[in-house]
Amino acid sequence: MDGSTSTAVTTGLAPLLATREILIFCGSGGVGKTTIAAAAALAVVKNSSAKVMVLTIDPARRLADALGLESLGNVETRVPDAALIDAGVAPKGELYAAMLDTKASWDDLVTRYAPSQEVADNIFSNDLYHNITSRFIQSHDYIAMERLFQLHSSGVYDLIILDTPPTRHAVDFLDAPKRMADFFGGRLLRWLTLPYRTGGGRGGRLINIASKPFLKIADRILGNAFVEDIAEFFINFQSMYDGFVERSKAVEQLLHDRRTSFVVTTTLEGAPLREAEAYCEQLNNRNLPLGALVLNKVLPDFLRDSLGQKASAVFSDNPAAVAKAIASKGADQSEMDAIARVLKTAADTFMNYSLVAEREFELKVELSKRPEMMAAVPLLVDDVHDLAALAQIGDRLWAS
Amino acid sequence: MTTAHQPNQSSKSTSHWLDRRLVLFTGKGGVGKSTVAAATALLAAEQGKRVLLIDVDSTGNLAALFEHPEVGFIPTEIYPGISAMQMDTEDSLREYLNLQLRLPLAGRVGPLANAFDFIASAAPGVKEILTMGKICWEVRESLEKRAPWDIVIVDAAATGHVISQLDSPRAIRELVKVGPVANQTEWVIEMLADPLITELHIVTTPEEMPVSETIDLVKSLKTRVDVPLGNIIVNRVLPEPFNRADADIFSNLETTNSLAAIEKTAGLGGKKVLAAASLAVSLRRSQSKHIAYLRQSVDLPLVYLPYLFIRDHGLRVTRVVSEALGYEMGTGG
Repeated sequence: MDGSTSTAVTTGLAPLLATREILIFCGSGGVGKTTIAAAAALAVVKNSSAKVMVLTIDPARRLADALGLESLGNVETRVPDAALIDAGVAPKGELYAAMLDTKASWDDLVTRYAPSQEVADNIFSNDLYHNITSRFIQSHDYIAMERLFQLHSSGVYDLIILDTPPTRHAVDFLDAPKRMADFFGGRLLRWLTLPYRTGGGRGGRLINIASKPFLKIADRILGNAFVEDIAEFFINFQSMYDGFVERSKAVEQLLHDRRTSFVVTTTLEGAPLREAEAYCEQLNNRNLPLGALVLNKVLPDFLRDSLGQKASAVFSDNPAAVAKAIASKGADQSEMDAIARVLKTAADTFMNYSLVAEREFELKVELSKRPEMMAAVPLLVDDVHDLAALAQIGDRLWAS
Repeated sequence: MTTAHQPNQSSKSTSHWLDRRLVLFTGKGGVGKSTVAAATALLAAEQGKRVLLIDVDSTGNLAALFEHPEVGFIPTEIYPGISAMQMDTEDSLREYLNLQLRLPLAGRVGPLANAFDFIASAAPGVKEILTMGKICWEVRESLEKRAPWDIVIVDAAATGHVISQLDSPRAIRELVKVGPVANQTEWVIEMLADPLITELHIVTTPEEMPVSETIDLVKSLKTRVDVPLGNIIVNRVLPEPFNRADADIFSNLETTNSLAAIEKTAGLGGKKVLAAASLAVSLRRSQSKHIAYLRQSVDLPLVYLPYLFIRDHGLRVTRVVSEALGYEMGTGG
């Protein structure tokens, strides 16, 4: 495929990729967000001498392999220059990658911020800790923000590219740090755990169930041992409260900083596009800087070619005449019929794809009226799972 | 145009699939899970069944697939024979407290939302059990003739989350060994495991990530959750433009002599038409590779739905998918 996607309405993201310190890639499922984020990182390394970290959430196995994440996962890993050169990229900068492992990141966090080893051990040994970190969906959102903050405040990287978690509520994950801080500081939790803190430790029933209607219900629904477990867990976790609040404020600030931009990725199909528009609107409502739109898997422009449309009409209306012109001298009728059939199918195929390409083009033109930068990445026949293919996409992102 | 796949007549599990009382759909985000759930609802309604369609993911445009405005927690008729509701775990808790535990207290506990947030955050699985509980409760009510549904169709959580949802009754039972909740997880677990009542279908597309997520999901479902599995519905399958003989003829068209003849009779655009067909062949080949891998990796029946060139979304699409689904699955019953 020649990849001749129109360059008329797209500009490429070079100015954004070259100047930001944090780029957050959002988009609905299935649009290729992870691939686009990785390709963007590669483009920056190819074109500038920056140290770039791409933090991916759930890459396809072979893409993870390509980035050298197979065994290391949660740990930041440098993609070797040799691998980049093999893929045809002469890197000016350095490319690093990491995959977000929620459980491992939580363990790190507790180890780092618990006031003492004893508290950390208590947390690790509580049954609820495992449940919270592995099952509680929002914990994934929280940990992504936490990692972003850590990486940025390490001062090691010029640019951090974050592939966002699949979330059911668009950009809600951005609120995760604040929600976590609110939760630990909430009156409800303080009030709930009070009998424990004054009573001093476990053993015996320290909660006076009868005094609190809420606990009475919780107890009736969940059973008392469970309520006690919960309380103990949160008392331990609360010891890290100050840290949660502090970092949540810092993250909030970082997201609104001029050095940060959001990039929304979408395909030009109905449902993903509607979701992308919702993302844009929500970012706008929160006063967060939307920097660019990436249109992925765009059909090539030759499908909208007017000469092609004319030719397909000829193929379709009079395939026998074209077949006759093509067929070799001695061809019999059945051979001619077969060629005519193939021509008719080719014409039908052209018209089908043409229709979709036309729909896509109209949407693209409409989107180009938005103020954000825009890049279009052509539909690739093969899946992207090596650095060479990523580099190809990266070029389209850099200068579309 | 030839289609590569004949209607699926092979396996028992495809027959009478609409006679289940609870039909769930999951799949990776973006594969068209909601469309397939909506199409199934339409198919059932056209057989005269009264359908409850439950939207679990709150991206909530299920009603839009019937050109109907958004709906809430209370089932609302969105199409003749189809009522839809949007899952809301807080409403579900309220209903549960009132109906199941007969706790009129609930209204006086102050802001229920706070308490709920607390429970739901502290005890993972609570939101999930409230979702599964509400779904199964509707099924039970209908079995006992207290609710009008002949079939409850669920646009369930995406692959990443569906296991914790289906597994939540068991997870809660482990955490909470006694009390009314523990008792009530029992019948939910039983209902979900009953092959005469429940069936879970997985929707995917013939692409790398959706296929690999489907394979992983089937593995975890089989080891972690006791829910009868139905079909894998492969959505948006591109047509195979040419059979083998025609493919040879097609590649001959791209030779210099043929091309010259084509351009003479059909103009310079002839080359573009061939390029489009060639692109279609490559895209389909890539899909076939993923389908073949899927087929060899899972032992569930595969059902194919065509890619739609004509329309993108809306009731028209729901209707076309519904017809294709009826044809592929057999209307059963």
